[in-house]
Amino acid sequence: MLATKLKSKETIVSLITGKAFIINCHGCKEVGFPEKEATELQKELAAEGRVTGIFTTDYICNPENMKLRLDLHKAEIDAADTVLVFSCGVGVQTVSEYLETKRVLAACDTYALPGGQGVTPLEYDCKQCGECYLNLTGGICPLTACSKSLVNGQCGGAKDGKCEVDPNMECGWERIQRRLKMVGRLDALKCPVQIRNYGNEVDAAE
Amino acid sequence: MKITDRFSRGEFVVTAEVGPPKGFHVDELVAEAKEYLSGIDAVNVTDNQSSVMRLSSLGFCKALKDGGLNPIFQLTCRDRNRMALESDLLAAALFGIDNVLCLTGDHTKLGDHPGAKPVFDLDSVSLLHTVCELERGFDLGGNELVGEPPKFAKGAVVSPCSDSIDAQLAKMERKVMAGAQYFQTQAVFDSERFISFMEKAKQFGVPVQVGVIIPKNVGMVRYMSQNVAGVYVPDAVIDELKADKEKTKAGITGVEIAARIIRECKPYCQGVHIMALGWEAKVPEILKLAGL
Repeated sequence: MLATKLKSKETIVSLITGKAFIINCHGCKEVGFPEKEATELQKELAAEGRVTGIFTTDYICNPENMKLRLDLHKAEIDAADTVLVFSCGVGVQTVSEYLETKRVLAACDTYALPGGQGVTPLEYDCKQCGECYLNLTGGICPLTACSKSLVNGQCGGAKDGKCEVDPNMECGWERIQRRLKMVGRLDALKCPVQIRNYGNEVDAAE
Repeated sequence: MKITDRFSRGEFVVTAEVGPPKGFHVDELVAEAKEYLSGIDAVNVTDNQSSVMRLSSLGFCKALKDGGLNPIFQLTCRDRNRMALESDLLAAALFGIDNVLCLTGDHTKLGDHPGAKPVFDLDSVSLLHTVCELERGFDLGGNELVGEPPKFAKGAVVSPCSDSIDAQLAKMERKVMAGAQYFQTQAVFDSERFISFMEKAKQFGVPVQVGVIIPKNVGMVRYMSQNVAGVYVPDAVIDELKADKEKTKAGITGVEIAARIIRECKPYCQGVHIMALGWEAKVPEILKLAGL
């Protein structure tokens, strides 16, 4: 089980540059989604004229399904500077991969809850850390894409772009670096020193 | 003695590195270090290098310090969480060890305890930040330390010949931002690559010591070039080692190559860090040949 919580309103507002296209994933039944708070916030943003479109779906972590549905909103997405995703970390990563030249940002933090996993998809994973890093890393999770789960950049262990632990695995931080360059967000690498809060794993979502 | 004092005096800083034994009998190693390494500025002590369990870096630093040498305490994030790292830093201060080198560390899977838990609670950047916090008189939990806070010369590493140079430079910048005051590099066998790296790295305004490994034989450098991250060995070096087998076997070729790399890189950096990998006895000869 997992639960998503909205990031603070100030954080979300500060993420949007220009106009945003909003995606809500009401996901699998194993996910607790803060539907009411999200709707309220999105109404406010729309009233301020900062939204090109709002699209609500489920199972956005299924890439084929997601592509078909997003393509119906192509004009609204093109008109937006930012795509703001209200989902668990897997959903954000799936959208970010598909819209790789767009600034795809996470509006939620994902927390673990006891019990069975939700539908976890093919290639992406979310550690349900409760302090989503995807907005600093171009939509690629450093906790699952890096075998050391480093949050401050690449270690010295990559060889020919491959991880020191698994030569079949691409270095997560090289992927992050490339993606940030592609979306013009290399400045994210100058963010303050990041230190994990493992307390979030214990607290879970109350 | 903080090695940052040497850098600020504009000296070309020379350090070497020794690995603690798999055991606790250090007399021979300390005697060797005293004989061959007492003329240089400081001696790094590796921390379970390559994820192979050995005597602790801190313990061996203390032994070297008692032997009159100036140790650099290498500290990786693989084996300890933030609390253990902080306590060891305080213990270093207690022993008068005031040089630290902060690293993330190799993954446990690469070493001789592949089933061990890889910790990585912090990483090289957040560890540097932690050292700064202790220097301010606080731990990472925000609690005040009792008494005068410790002071360290804070070092870090970078791989100038890495194939992902942009990611390395970005990380280097984060390390500087987090408090790194000097850098030691991964082994350099190609001076040109190092020089072009320094063109980009000099913007950070932090002293860099070029890392040098003495090439012992063709097998060693081939292995490193193919398997060790951040190491690139040009064909010319391999040909040179092949040319005169007896000379190479006697270690003369390796010493010549190491000294040449130092001479070529010296105008572009602020020091050299020699990783002798068991050939510590050759360090004085290399330095002499390099004109240091």
